[in-house]
Amino acid sequence: MAEFDNPTALVVAIHKARAAGYRAMDAYSPFPIEEVSEALHIHDRLLPILVFLGGLAGCIGGFALATWTSVVDYPINVGGRPLFSWPSFLPVTFETTVLAAAGTCVLALLALNGLPMPYHPVFNVPQFALATREKFFLCIEATDPRFDREETRRFLETLEPLSVAEVEED
Amino acid sequence: MSQPTQTKPHPGVIARPPFIEPGHTFETVTDQIGAIVLDQGVRRGWLLGFTIAFSLLMLLLVALTNLVATGIGIWGINVPVAWGFDIINFVWWIGIGHAGTLISAILLLLRQQWRTSINRFAEAMTLFAVACAGIFPVAHLGRPWLAYWLFPYPNTMAMWPNFRSPLVWDVFAVSTYASVSFMFWFVGLIPDLATLRDRSPSRVGRFVYGLLAMGWRGSALHWHRYETAYLLLAGLSTPLVVSVHTIVSFDFAVSLMPGWHATIFPPYFVAGAIYAGFAMVLTLAIPLRWYYDLEDFITMRHLDNMARVMLATGLVVAYGYMTETFCAWYSASTYEEFMITNRFFGPYNKLYWSLIFCNVIAPQLMWFKKLRLNLGWLFVVSIIVSIGMWLERYIIIVVSLHRDFLPSSWGMYTGTVWDWATFLGTIGLFSSLLFLFIRFLPMISIFEMRTMVPEAKVDESAEAHH
Repeated sequence: MAEFDNPTALVVAIHKARAAGYRAMDAYSPFPIEEVSEALHIHDRLLPILVFLGGLAGCIGGFALATWTSVVDYPINVGGRPLFSWPSFLPVTFETTVLAAAGTCVLALLALNGLPMPYHPVFNVPQFALATREKFFLCIEATDPRFDREETRRFLETLEPLSVAEVEED
Repeated sequence: MSQPTQTKPHPGVIARPPFIEPGHTFETVTDQIGAIVLDQGVRRGWLLGFTIAFSLLMLLLVALTNLVATGIGIWGINVPVAWGFDIINFVWWIGIGHAGTLISAILLLLRQQWRTSINRFAEAMTLFAVACAGIFPVAHLGRPWLAYWLFPYPNTMAMWPNFRSPLVWDVFAVSTYASVSFMFWFVGLIPDLATLRDRSPSRVGRFVYGLLAMGWRGSALHWHRYETAYLLLAGLSTPLVVSVHTIVSFDFAVSLMPGWHATIFPPYFVAGAIYAGFAMVLTLAIPLRWYYDLEDFITMRHLDNMARVMLATGLVVAYGYMTETFCAWYSASTYEEFMITNRFFGPYNKLYWSLIFCNVIAPQLMWFKKLRLNLGWLFVVSIIVSIGMWLERYIIIVVSLHRDFLPSSWGMYTGTVWDWATFLGTIGLFSSLLFLFIRFLPMISIFEMRTMVPEAKVDESAEAHH
């Protein structure tokens, strides 16, 4: 794992690592950087799909609830108005749609990211506490086929980082 | 809300001065905002403020206990004015909440960078205002312990709530609004909680912030999903915030009461909510930035922008008043005409003219740049607007109800000491929560402020070089 002090150095390092053939790596930064996810070729489209499905479920569920309760299970005749007065069910349908979509969004965010995860090996690196303040990290993972303890360390050192540290796995 | 100085920036280029004073780096941003929570301890001013707020909160407890023990007879509501302080305060509080969601969601979607310094505490303000708002309709039920009857759940009475009623829509709207605002706020907090976890000097702090941060470590893949999720939540909150006050206005507009039965109500209520909300954000931001030395982050430009939004929404509200008057005349309905004459010259006419002063005349001062940039004036005007918005709800509710169709059922209304105690009590609840928030959580989004630092831009020439 190599440490950098600005986002440009991190992006440059990712490009070099990819050019050197490394694929299994992750970058850590104190704020989202679009160029980093581009450089890492992150394409994750699952979350919006899940949110859409969640919203759809909320929409159908809300409308079905209002319709079933007011038309079938507990019909109230108010001044001879139609029982299936669907426009008046729309506010509730809208709210349940938003609620279900937003709930799905938050749960999907946590689930896809594997959070809560109080322990992760990267926390073993002492400098890593600065990843939430001002430093930027590039971690090449041992699962990478090109990974070699010594060679990868030497490679990371060629990127002119502030420091290179090994992530203890225990 | 268009700012002449803020035309679209070119992609990748900062076309206008950034909304942060120069000279800041990632470290200084993190440390200065984090220090308020981590290093400054309990300051005397905070303690004084919290003590006052907490005493008012205790007043709320007393008022609500008496309400539950005695019944809503302790309030001033009667027939014909069956909706009094409770509904006035409900609408007032929930309106205040709207600026928070507006700042965080709509301005995010519109890529307005100036939201960054103010969104966090504006969102907190939303949550606390909604909490205060929620108390009133529940207390108003008379038997508040049966409030769960409002929700659709299978019960032994085999009954369901009436989905054709705006009051049931309200239950769904407000509870959805509270839940979604909370999720939006909390998701925004996660990276900052991780910062506090890594920087906290105390074991307890590391443990609690660590628990709440859920192991956030700023991985690129996580950030990628995080940004998607945050934008989606903003996209969901935007129509939500408009729907909530629209539905609140349906509580009135769907009835046949003169003064309520108006199609202008939904847009007019939404504008009024944003108006009240921005007034409250200004009321809070001006003392906070002074007390915690946050002038670098909440700049005069932020205050100027908020004053402009307040002026613009204030004009929409003024247009709403004009439309109400015009429609009353144009409808040629005796009852509508009487309602307006009664507002102008009836027993509550002093309140009506104070309302016009507070909401229509006073904010016109915001046309002048000198006054917008004068903190004293800005603060005074925003407080006047908050009072004006409260009076507006008083006029809509009490003045419409106290003279309805039958002169034999006319009556008068005044709030009792318990009405006032409950109202002041919710102000105590709101400010207690706010004081706790600024003491224990970062009131400005740290990670978003980091992106405003010039270094945060990836240097494309260096990147292309390799």
